[in-house]
Amino acid sequence: MRTMMELHQSCSNLREYGSEQCLLSKPDGSSTFVQGDTSILAGVYGPAEVKVSKEIYDRATVEVLIQPKMGLPGVRERAREQCVRETCEAALLLTLHPRSSVTVVLQVIHDDGSLLSCCLNAACMALMDAGLPMSHLFCSVTCAISKEGQIITDPTALQEKESRALLTFAVDSVERTVLMSSTTGSFSVQELQQCIAISQKASEQIFQFYRESVKRRYSKIK
Amino acid sequence: MAAGFKTAEPLEYHRSFLKENCRPDGRELGEFRPTTLNISSVSTADGSALVKIGNTTVICGIKAELTTPPSDAPNRGYIVPNVDLPPLCSSKFRPGPPGEQAQAASQFIADVIESSDLINMEELCIEKSKLCWVLYCDIMCLDYDGNLLDACIIVLLAALKNAQLPEVTINKETDLAEADIQKKQPLKINRLPVGSSFAVFDDSIIIVDPTAEEESLSTALLTVVTDEEDRLCAVHKPGGTSLSGEKLQHCINRAITRNKEISKLVDKVTESTKTAK
Repeated sequence: MRTMMELHQSCSNLREYGSEQCLLSKPDGSSTFVQGDTSILAGVYGPAEVKVSKEIYDRATVEVLIQPKMGLPGVRERAREQCVRETCEAALLLTLHPRSSVTVVLQVIHDDGSLLSCCLNAACMALMDAGLPMSHLFCSVTCAISKEGQIITDPTALQEKESRALLTFAVDSVERTVLMSSTTGSFSVQELQQCIAISQKASEQIFQFYRESVKRRYSKIK
Repeated sequence: MAAGFKTAEPLEYHRSFLKENCRPDGRELGEFRPTTLNISSVSTADGSALVKIGNTTVICGIKAELTTPPSDAPNRGYIVPNVDLPPLCSSKFRPGPPGEQAQAASQFIADVIESSDLINMEELCIEKSKLCWVLYCDIMCLDYDGNLLDACIIVLLAALKNAQLPEVTINKETDLAEADIQKKQPLKINRLPVGSSFAVFDDSIIIVDPTAEEESLSTALLTVVTDEEDRLCAVHKPGGTSLSGEKLQHCINRAITRNKEISKLVDKVTESTKTAK
């Protein structure tokens, strides 16, 4: 069952974003998430069997694999995997599936900036598609601070390269608080607070988009 | 009897201490463990340091090698940090290729070096497109008791301050590099980034400098790296439960105070070796 690709032009500073769910037949849940030119394909397997060495007696074990577009996964991918994994662990109700595994595989189709954000958004949509129980949804926004001090949301690869700081935040859907923060470059405390506020505002649009796309998918009116 | 309770219900055991605003090892919620620093521990390395935060022991050795600069940055040298968590330091690390925690820590240290502008990379270049220094920083944990990232940043900073590089000239006739081992120059460190790690318990209580047990029971971990001008170099919270704005601000303030404490420590130790010579 495939849903139409939905493209949403936002009035805030986010690039055009869109998503498609349930496009792969083997994973329990799958999705793509596109932000401008950055595109990520996510597949979720779970709850499934877990190796005895990795099993946790009272919770499910979450594994995340990020495959870059070229080459083998390196240290950079491992750091991103840690961010995605811990965000998913906080959102999923892991105690409902002890001694099981939830595997999230993310494939980078194209990287044009805001890669970690796109990975998190794709992972959330894929987890929703797999029907795994979650206590809240999450979405992610990247902010870049240019050399002049201007804050750009959802930067392209070129804007990221020319910025002096890059901040990625993951926001939860219930209370809009910060779940995950990953930053490079140096910035002041005021700039941090501003970026958090901007990310929380931009996340409203993405959560609205999640809601609409799921509503459209499950509504009986075709 | 307390030991039995601790094994059977570790979370309840910790909660009973947190209710009284203290921790099992007697510390306050905002108190760091005693930090000791030793430099020039490894005589075969160009720069080295050893740091102990409580029981967590981390050592760093810096080896400087000559190489050609990368083609996309011909006038800059580079630093390659590598964090190693051997099975020696804790039973949760198995022998074999580096696990996720070690690799994520390596990437974090590389990002902090880049973000804080610790060393001017152009100073590591000897001749554009021909010769530059590459500093291999090997950070190894000898005893893992929580708060790895803070210890890695301190030990790297101290080792870089301690490092001495020989003067290198290129012989015009043979076009080979000649290193003069008698003349050694220390590295110029621009910034002093210092990290502070926090653990969040039950979504509301924040404790500073968690031990390995506290880390495993916490619901989220946060590391804030500040430099001496109170600018933030990294706010690293790789997921876990959410943190409100005021709590984050509280953590940043604590990190700024910690920066001053550690800068004084590093300066004191560096000065003491100079006077000893």
